[in-house]
Amino acid sequence: MSVLTEAPVDLTPSQSDDRTDSQLLEVSMGPQHPSTHGVFRMDVALDGERVVKLKPVFGYLHRNHEKIAETESYLGCMPYTDRLDYICSITNNWAYALAVEKLAGIQVPERAEYLRVITGELTRLQNHAGLVGFLMQDMGASGTPLMYAFREREKILDLFEALTGARMMCNYMRFGGCRVDAPAGWLQQAQKVIDAFPRFLDEFERLLVSNEILMARTQGVGVVSREQAVNAGISGPMARASGVNYDLRKVDKYGIYDRFSFRVPLGENGDVYDRYMLRVLEMRESVEILKQAMRDVPSGPIMDPNTKTRGFRPKAGEAYGRIEGPKGELGFYLISDGSSNPYRFRVRPPSLINLTLLEDMCLGQNVADIVIILGSVDIVLGEVDR
Amino acid sequence: MDEQLKSELGRQGVVATSLQELYNWGRKCSVWPLNFGLACCAIEMIAATMARYDLARFGAEVFRPSPRQADLMIVAGTVTKKMAPQVVRLYNQMAEPKYVISMGACAISGGPFKQGYNVLKGIDRYIPVDVYIPGCPPRPEALIDAFLLLQKMIDEQRLTGPNRPRHLNADLPSEFIVPEFGAHDLVPPQNPEVWKVPLVNISIAGKNESGRD
Repeated sequence: MSVLTEAPVDLTPSQSDDRTDSQLLEVSMGPQHPSTHGVFRMDVALDGERVVKLKPVFGYLHRNHEKIAETESYLGCMPYTDRLDYICSITNNWAYALAVEKLAGIQVPERAEYLRVITGELTRLQNHAGLVGFLMQDMGASGTPLMYAFREREKILDLFEALTGARMMCNYMRFGGCRVDAPAGWLQQAQKVIDAFPRFLDEFERLLVSNEILMARTQGVGVVSREQAVNAGISGPMARASGVNYDLRKVDKYGIYDRFSFRVPLGENGDVYDRYMLRVLEMRESVEILKQAMRDVPSGPIMDPNTKTRGFRPKAGEAYGRIEGPKGELGFYLISDGSSNPYRFRVRPPSLINLTLLEDMCLGQNVADIVIILGSVDIVLGEVDR
Repeated sequence: MDEQLKSELGRQGVVATSLQELYNWGRKCSVWPLNFGLACCAIEMIAATMARYDLARFGAEVFRPSPRQADLMIVAGTVTKKMAPQVVRLYNQMAEPKYVISMGACAISGGPFKQGYNVLKGIDRYIPVDVYIPGCPPRPEALIDAFLLLQKMIDEQRLTGPNRPRHLNADLPSEFIVPEFGAHDLVPPQNPEVWKVPLVNISIAGKNESGRD
């Protein structure tokens, strides 16, 4: 229990039923809570088990990304983007590189584009696998699904380590290409992991998709309507689970995504189950993209030869680069004043904007459902608080 | 007792040990960490408990969500100034004997975010840290290594004498000051009982150490 710092809740008993002895209970969930996915706090007011008010409290992981970036060079900002959404560092690199490439008008060679797609989609696979595992953990399936998910995640992290030298903080993209080329045998190794991945998905589906407990816990819980999703600016799997057909890979066709054929799964009900299933289906589509990319990857340079990464000073101007990150639309807005540092470095974090609907999703639900609703949003606090 | 005699006795089914050894053996083989992640390093901490790295081999698989049931706090990630009071409060709520592993560059010194206005420059300013793991983030193997170091440290603790650990010495504190928000920074900026300003002896290769510079 805690004391709310502002706008205290009306603690008079609810008049809707004949109970006259009830009063609201205020509970502070977090910042140290096993299922808040980091240091996130929710001040919840409960009427019995029912949530009547929920106030999210942010900022426990505010690491000054945007301010630090103003004192760093353009290249020096790249490692910081790794740590925004620390589960998918490569897609963060990609969005930032895309913004700088727009700002300075840099071209990216073919092979680098393919490597970006391959690493980016592998990142999506490991993010979604991890998310599904954590969601099961939140529902009380302690251990097994998460262990399965991490088993697959480790295989992909091994690939990242062989390619970039780091498991999590890859720091892989550069303006005008990628930092290093794939070492000998890496593509074959990646092919093996990609070929084996559908087996994991089949196993996971057999284990969980038609599981009665899972359905009872998730169906009809935390519903976001199509209108709500559009009005709140929700993006990524959360918006698509509500039936909004919005995938930047199809809309923007950034990079070389127009060359691949893949489907965009859409949900109907916008509840937790749809969000969960959408991730599973998206992993299948990612595997399809990866197969096509692995088949077509050309040889050639991986860096635009005219780009200098050191002493890089783009001309004054503004640019917004965005990609379909695993969590939604991840964008970087950069303003250059012609110097070697960004004048303004703004991140459009999908986690934070998807989280804005948290109270609407939780009102009227049971307190135990808050945990899985939060889990289905797929937040990473490094990105929410920045 | 002679090690050879001890193993010979062990083969005959006779266990000879001291209370101290038994006590330390029991404690070191069931260190329960606090289920407490702050940032990126927490993901590697979770990875260390999963099937591949399997921290359970060392008796630390039971991550407790409540500080009352935990023996070890793994400070895994950046401690911001908003979070620091909560971290110290959690540490104070843990029962003795309690240990701290400071995992990653951020928990040691602020790491890449040290220049930030909202980042605490090392959790050791407020609570005593037993093992530091460098890295950004450290690999799960590094966490296991730190864990083994901690086990070694527990094994070498003596029950009596002036060097006995804090939980056996009533004169030493087991709770530490919880910082509060001041006008510009946390108050106090550090706990002087725990943290001393590190004095670095700089000697440059090729120069006389006693001379200037």
